[in-house]
Amino acid sequence: MDLFKMFGKKQEKSKNIAKERLKLVLVHDRSDLSPRFLDMIKTDIIRVITEYADIDEEGLDIKMTDRKEMVIQDPCPPWLPIFQSLR
Amino acid sequence: MENKKGTAIVVTSGKGGVGKTTTSANLGTGLAMLGKSVVIVDADIGLRNLDVVMGLENRIVYDIVDVVEKTCRLKQGLIRDKRFEKLYLLPAAQTRDKSAVKPEQMIELVNELKDEFDYIIIDSPAGIEQGFQYSIAGADLAIIVTTPEISAVRDADRVIGILEAKGLHDHRLLINRIRPDMVKKGDMMNREDIEDILAIDLIGIVPDDEEIVISTNKGEPAVIEGRSLAGKAYMNIAKRILGEEIELLDIEDDNEGKISKIFKLIFGK
Repeated sequence: MDLFKMFGKKQEKSKNIAKERLKLVLVHDRSDLSPRFLDMIKTDIIRVITEYADIDEEGLDIKMTDRKEMVIQDPCPPWLPIFQSLR
Repeated sequence: MENKKGTAIVVTSGKGGVGKTTTSANLGTGLAMLGKSVVIVDADIGLRNLDVVMGLENRIVYDIVDVVEKTCRLKQGLIRDKRFEKLYLLPAAQTRDKSAVKPEQMIELVNELKDEFDYIIIDSPAGIEQGFQYSIAGADLAIIVTTPEISAVRDADRVIGILEAKGLHDHRLLINRIRPDMVKKGDMMNREDIEDILAIDLIGIVPDDEEIVISTNKGEPAVIEGRSLAGKAYMNIAKRILGEEIELLDIEDDNEGKISKIFKLIFGK
């Protein structure tokens, strides 16, 4: 028996990794939008946000998903790393 | 000429190497074993393979391009199987390329074949280019073959999208080469995972089985001998094509509870 497996951190099943990656890829494939177009949207979203708040653009992660509702993860991910509100 | 008005089924996948030819050979043979008249069309022009999988490579005189270009009559191009009387193969041309057949020609060919056979199984080439385009042109139903890998499922999704756009709305999924041991460990996507992602109806699952290699070596589709799991799975799919309600082979993991299984049995999906 693998001691690391017994005491180590529980490893995520590789099929779940596959599913997550696949879902994300398919959202892009199905949308039929060019990567350039998506990049333009991303840039615009960032530009709009920076008008209202000082954010860390490097830490900003914008992903397209097919989820109907926002999923709030716990702990709340720094998906919008606001340094300080401008207003 | 009797007017049969058969059904044309295209076996396709997008990705290569997932088992389209093996599936075509086994489903065609399975349907013939169930008493139907069947022709399997090898549409992979330039990369002929169905002949060796069926063990009919020594009988080829004419091919699909000869038939389409009317170098020979349709009946001359058809090769009768050595085991089943009502089973025929229309081989691909080996020295031509995919520009040799146009979608309109394929539609005409399939329509002619429909007058003679109950089922026309079209073994599509990999990819989504010309070869794929003419392969799906005359089909009534598409069977999309995939394996439980990201790349194959992604390509299957793309193919489903194209089929929809082309107006071929009748399509079913075949998941090939499932490995129950890996599914159990959580290292392989299972049937539900893939169904979930692709959101299309399943026609069957075929386990990864050494017997497929052995039967291909011999040129004898696994469905004939019928003892292997893959052979059984293919026969079940052939029966489902005929409208029989056959349960999926129990090659899957047991991560769903007994109660939900019973529910499924009673209430369907």
